[in-house]
Amino acid sequence: MKKKIKIKLNGKLKAINNNSTLFNIVQKNKIPLTKVAIELNQEIVDKKKIKSINLKNNDKIEIVHFIGGG
Amino acid sequence: MKKDKLIISKKNFSSRLIVGTGKYKSMQECAKAINLSGAEIVTVAVRRVNISDKKKPLLMDYIDPKKITYLPNTAGCFNSKEALRTLRLAREIGGWKLVKLEVLGDKKNLFPEMIETLKSTEVLTKEGFKVMVYCNDDPLMAKRLENAGACAIMPLAAPIGSGLGIINEINIRIIRKQTKLPLIIDAGLGQASDATIAMELGCDGVLVNTAIAKAKKPFQMALAFKNAVIAGRQSYLSGRIKKTLYGNPSSPKSGII
Repeated sequence: MKKKIKIKLNGKLKAINNNSTLFNIVQKNKIPLTKVAIELNQEIVDKKKIKSINLKNNDKIEIVHFIGGG
Repeated sequence: MKKDKLIISKKNFSSRLIVGTGKYKSMQECAKAINLSGAEIVTVAVRRVNISDKKKPLLMDYIDPKKITYLPNTAGCFNSKEALRTLRLAREIGGWKLVKLEVLGDKKNLFPEMIETLKSTEVLTKEGFKVMVYCNDDPLMAKRLENAGACAIMPLAAPIGSGLGIINEINIRIIRKQTKLPLIIDAGLGQASDATIAMELGCDGVLVNTAIAKAKKPFQMALAFKNAVIAGRQSYLSGRIKKTLYGNPSSPKSGII
């Protein structure tokens, strides 16, 4: 069995495979990349580079988009 | 009459009504109201993607950012750090540089926290953002925002969502006289005539959300605001008559039988 690590995705704790990339998370959650921005540990991530970003234990990912607001 | 355009940061807009996209019953209702209002700019908020409900409709599927200018806001931010983080993320979503800065200072009255707002304006301007700034109706602070590089001054009419209309007409007039920047009344309008008053004071535009979204008939109110803004602008440009204490007959005094 693959070793798991714990990350926080939009405030929710998730257990993922040890060797996951940010791209894997985006893909698994069917995130429409052109309509979102991504932060990893409070740093904005270049969406073009997510395939090469390996996730570590306790990483905090925020994926945001536009919603209705005044 | 030559073409009268609202120019913000070198971009021309035919409509002087900006609308918010919050508080509608559905995305469909929101999109239809925007369409009826004729607005070319809409404010939008930045929030977490709903990871557990992937079928939740997306704003961009209903309001095309290629046709309507998205104005990302910082609603819900109570300090400069949060506001900067939000707008940097907004820029990352799709290159948005024209933004609405709104740093609140109090959860009850929702008045802007002007010290944090000023600080954020300075930082964002240096980072290349075009910052439309929600502010209180204080002419001195409006001047400081202008000096800090704001691309539009957006004083409140009254507290956000209050529907009270313009409370301090005098201050709005003073701000109008002192600035050549676009002056847009943001927040607190309750009915279409409030927008007309704002435009007659010489404002360049108004931003409305709750008054349309929470009206009993939002579509009709969207149309009412559209017409009210046009009426107010035309009235302002036409040059009103002087107010007098006594009557002045409309019909000629000569030739009376």
